[in-house]
Amino acid sequence: MGNYFQPEIECASQEQIRAWQDERLVKQVKHVYDNVQMYRERMDEMGLKPEDIKGREDLSKLPFTTKDDLRDQYPYGLLAMPLEDCVRIQSTSGTTGRRVVAFYTQHDIDLWEECCARAIVAVGGTKEDVVHVSYGYGLFTGGPGLNGGSHKLGSLTLPMSSGNTDRQIQFMTDLGSTILCCTPSYAAYLAESIIERGLRDQIHLKAGIFGAEAWTEEMRHDIEEKLGIKAYDIYGLTEISGPGVSFECEAQTGMHINEDHFIAEVINPITGEVLPDGEKGELVFTSITKEAFPLLRYRTRDICILSHEKCPCGRTHVKMTKPLGRSDDMLIVKGVNVFPSQIETVLLNKGYPANYQIIVTRVNNSDNLEVQVEMTPEMFSDSISEISGKEKELVGALKAMLGIYADVKLVAPKTIARSEGKAVRVIDKRNLYQA
Amino acid sequence: MTVKQISIFVENKIGNLAEVTKVLSDAGVSLHAISLADTKDFGVLRVIVDDSYLAATTLKEQGYIFSITKVLAVAINDEPGGLYRILTLLEESKINLEYLYDINTRKSDYAYLIFKVGNVEEAIEVLTKNKVRLLCQEDL
Repeated sequence: MGNYFQPEIECASQEQIRAWQDERLVKQVKHVYDNVQMYRERMDEMGLKPEDIKGREDLSKLPFTTKDDLRDQYPYGLLAMPLEDCVRIQSTSGTTGRRVVAFYTQHDIDLWEECCARAIVAVGGTKEDVVHVSYGYGLFTGGPGLNGGSHKLGSLTLPMSSGNTDRQIQFMTDLGSTILCCTPSYAAYLAESIIERGLRDQIHLKAGIFGAEAWTEEMRHDIEEKLGIKAYDIYGLTEISGPGVSFECEAQTGMHINEDHFIAEVINPITGEVLPDGEKGELVFTSITKEAFPLLRYRTRDICILSHEKCPCGRTHVKMTKPLGRSDDMLIVKGVNVFPSQIETVLLNKGYPANYQIIVTRVNNSDNLEVQVEMTPEMFSDSISEISGKEKELVGALKAMLGIYADVKLVAPKTIARSEGKAVRVIDKRNLYQA
Repeated sequence: MTVKQISIFVENKIGNLAEVTKVLSDAGVSLHAISLADTKDFGVLRVIVDDSYLAATTLKEQGYIFSITKVLAVAINDEPGGLYRILTLLEESKINLEYLYDINTRKSDYAYLIFKVGNVEEAIEVLTKNKVRLLCQEDL
């Protein structure tokens, strides 16, 4: 038996969880139908009334929500509460550069932070712990989410944000951080840096909560060994709330989804058919308690498997595997969502043909994004400085669009690999997803 | 009073430079001068050839990216101070010299250099006024 933040919820019976879901879904569907035009229109088109949804068994009657819907409804289309009741936004990048903006009421922030607090307690956190949050703060949900969770728990919270490695390590040693929250690649980097500085015996970390990007079991073992900690996974997405939609427990065999707030389904990404436990498919979430930005059957594009098998930790909420892949072409680089279409947009805006290839590598546990662009007669000039100038301009435009640095490499025409006439746009050499 | 330089985009990959020279030699193009400027990931190969038209059509057929630039082939007195004198003339007229490299010709009385200048017309005027000899394409 482990530790729980809210044992009565986290270890509730299947029947109890089901009862909460039934009741909350019915209420949520009505709320959404009354307040969000897009859902009202879709349900009307399908001849579906809110009263037709009597509980979880009717969930599959509801329409899906996609990332494209979020883009089309930007910024206020999916807002289900008056703006004056909202207290916060968080944001993530969208498919064509238009960002996704999610709104939160105080109630929404509270439930999100509660989920994060559950995650911290699940890794052994108590109010005596010093929680070192090195996720980015700001529009990105990583920092604010874990920060809020740690507050809820009553732990001393260090809002470090990312970067400035020397300061990170200094605070870790001087203030005795015990739980580290950041992306796994940053954790690996910090581990390296701590060892390089010979400070391994001066840190007091016992656990880490690492998410926002895919990582392998090898990476987990590497971080655990280097830092002498247990490394736990956490999952979430801005559209649904942020980190803490699901989290790993001491069993480290999948992440418990906070089912009292989010109903998970796994579907066949092509047909939309709901798949049973144990089958691999696209993860879909319905937020049943959120007020401001409640999504019905949101397609995450993450491929995973659900399991209701009894967990030794005592929690009863369904477990999901780490994402095993994506059903779209989104990449997560340095914890940031990158869509090939964003790169295409930049190239076209700058007047280049969209002959490009994205190569993602991970060197020393740090992601590197390279964009290869085929040279054109228009881009070419006898002057090296002129070409380099254009290259730099492209790097700047990509940074503005993606939010991260991409190395631009100009290559000879027709050298970007084409298979069956279709260009291969992405080469991800990181091998992040394990079967 | 100018010669045609062909600048070719070459990706920094083993064998790419050899490949371009093979394409040109297979077409029967002979090189008078060659210079390679390179950066981290690509290079610009600059050549002066006997038959620019043949070279250009061949490169185009083979899918190469290139451009043609007018450059000066300047005769330098093969003695100390020969180059200095010419550079001074350009400097006094505030003509920017972007790069230079040498060229072999059948004429052995002088050393010849290829000059890429900012303002070609002005450079021709300054140099010819000062009795500096410039080669035309036909002289090569």
